[in-house]
Amino acid sequence: MEIKGIKEGILISLDKQEWQEGKDALLCKIKDKQDFFQGAQLVFDVGNAVLGANELGEIRDMLTANGVILHGVISKSLVTQEVAKEMGLITKLEKPKLKADQKLKPLDTALSGEAAIFVRRTMRSGFKVAYQGHVIVLGDVNPGAEIIASGSIVVWGRLRGTVHAGAEGDLAAVVCALDLSPTQLRIASKITITPQDQVDPKPEIASIVDGQIIAEPWQY
Amino acid sequence: MNGRVVTITSGKGGVGKTTTTANLGLALASLGQNVVCIDTDIGLRNLDVVMGLENRIVYDLVDAIEGRCRLTQAMIRDRRYANLHLIPAAQTRDKTAIAPSDMVRLCNELRPEVDWIIIDSPAGIERGFRNALAPADEVLVVTNPEVSSVRDADRIIGLVEADEKAPAKLIINRINPGMVKRGDMLSASDVVDLLAIPLIGIVPEDESVLVSTNHGQPVVLNEKSKAGLAFFNIARRLMGEDVPWIELDEKASLLMRLGKLFSGGS
Repeated sequence: MEIKGIKEGILISLDKQEWQEGKDALLCKIKDKQDFFQGAQLVFDVGNAVLGANELGEIRDMLTANGVILHGVISKSLVTQEVAKEMGLITKLEKPKLKADQKLKPLDTALSGEAAIFVRRTMRSGFKVAYQGHVIVLGDVNPGAEIIASGSIVVWGRLRGTVHAGAEGDLAAVVCALDLSPTQLRIASKITITPQDQVDPKPEIASIVDGQIIAEPWQY
Repeated sequence: MNGRVVTITSGKGGVGKTTTTANLGLALASLGQNVVCIDTDIGLRNLDVVMGLENRIVYDLVDAIEGRCRLTQAMIRDRRYANLHLIPAAQTRDKTAIAPSDMVRLCNELRPEVDWIIIDSPAGIERGFRNALAPADEVLVVTNPEVSSVRDADRIIGLVEADEKAPAKLIINRINPGMVKRGDMLSASDVVDLLAIPLIGIVPEDESVLVSTNHGQPVVLNEKSKAGLAFFNIARRLMGEDVPWIELDEKASLLMRLGKLFSGGS
């Protein structure tokens, strides 16, 4: 038995199994995973099995009793198809249609310099990330940790280590953090240090303005 | 029995790893636990001195690992508690004499026999530290309230995390409440704020630690010492007790907040 999620709900295929056997196995599964199946719309792929109104009605009642809606039956047998249609069930799955001009393009993440990595942890002393692209950190960057990026650096946390954005000369690179207090901050070839202990840390963004690194409070 | 291996480490030297190991060993033993302390600072051993057992050494850790003696022969029984033993480091070799896998093997051999295996790590992040870390079930990082030891602690915590060990717990040693009050020393909350790991003990600066170390009588044996009490409380917390934080001169409310914050093992 194969179960997969489709647009219409859940598709269950019974391959090479007798109808009766498959039905029992399915009921077992539904009872077993009631949380998952509760209220689900089910489409049944019964393969070659020839099913009459009695049998389909029976399975529909059984599913309903278990809180599952029988939405459709797909079968190679014309008889089964007719019966299903009579019962108001769908007999075909909607195929996702793609016109030539609608073709999905992969997202443009691979443009040069526009790649990014996501560091989902606190970077402690001695931890170094060097990356050709942007670096995003979810966590703190502690003193002694180092980030070098050819693009920009975003720290969702406290930035207290050393960072170098635009390491290959990109003057437009920026560094931002919820608490921007780096040991040393470099953008391209400019270097700055945090003036003094910030009393009331707030989100800031540092960039090059008129040839100097300027940190400004984040406007939102 | 299925002994837990607790490694005491710090990165920086001189912050009180050996003192902590000796005191926790004695405190746990006084609580009726079977304890073995292991000194892994091969070449610069001092746990034996601090515990006052130096003159009893016949075999050491390297002898046991290289098979020149049985493990029990290298275990020196403490003078005060029969349920406390020390495996001393070798003084005439260096850290490369043993490998992390040797330590894992040795600890696995000891585990069924004892409740606690307390490992005193050498300073640094090299082989000696690796030897001490390898068998650890739990890591206690000792730091002093000053920037360089906190920085090293941060590095060590990162290495422990990278080793996929359970999160390390923090001991802040030698805090001076008066200096904290005057703003001349990092407070416990400053340190915890930066390191962001659960706190298991705050030990105040105490002259009696030095005196007792020189006599080979760990300070935990001195009932009047606040530092001794602090080490004793760490031992009780290791055993899963919820021990209230002793009031140093720092604002009681702060310590209580810290206690609440970390007693849940957040």
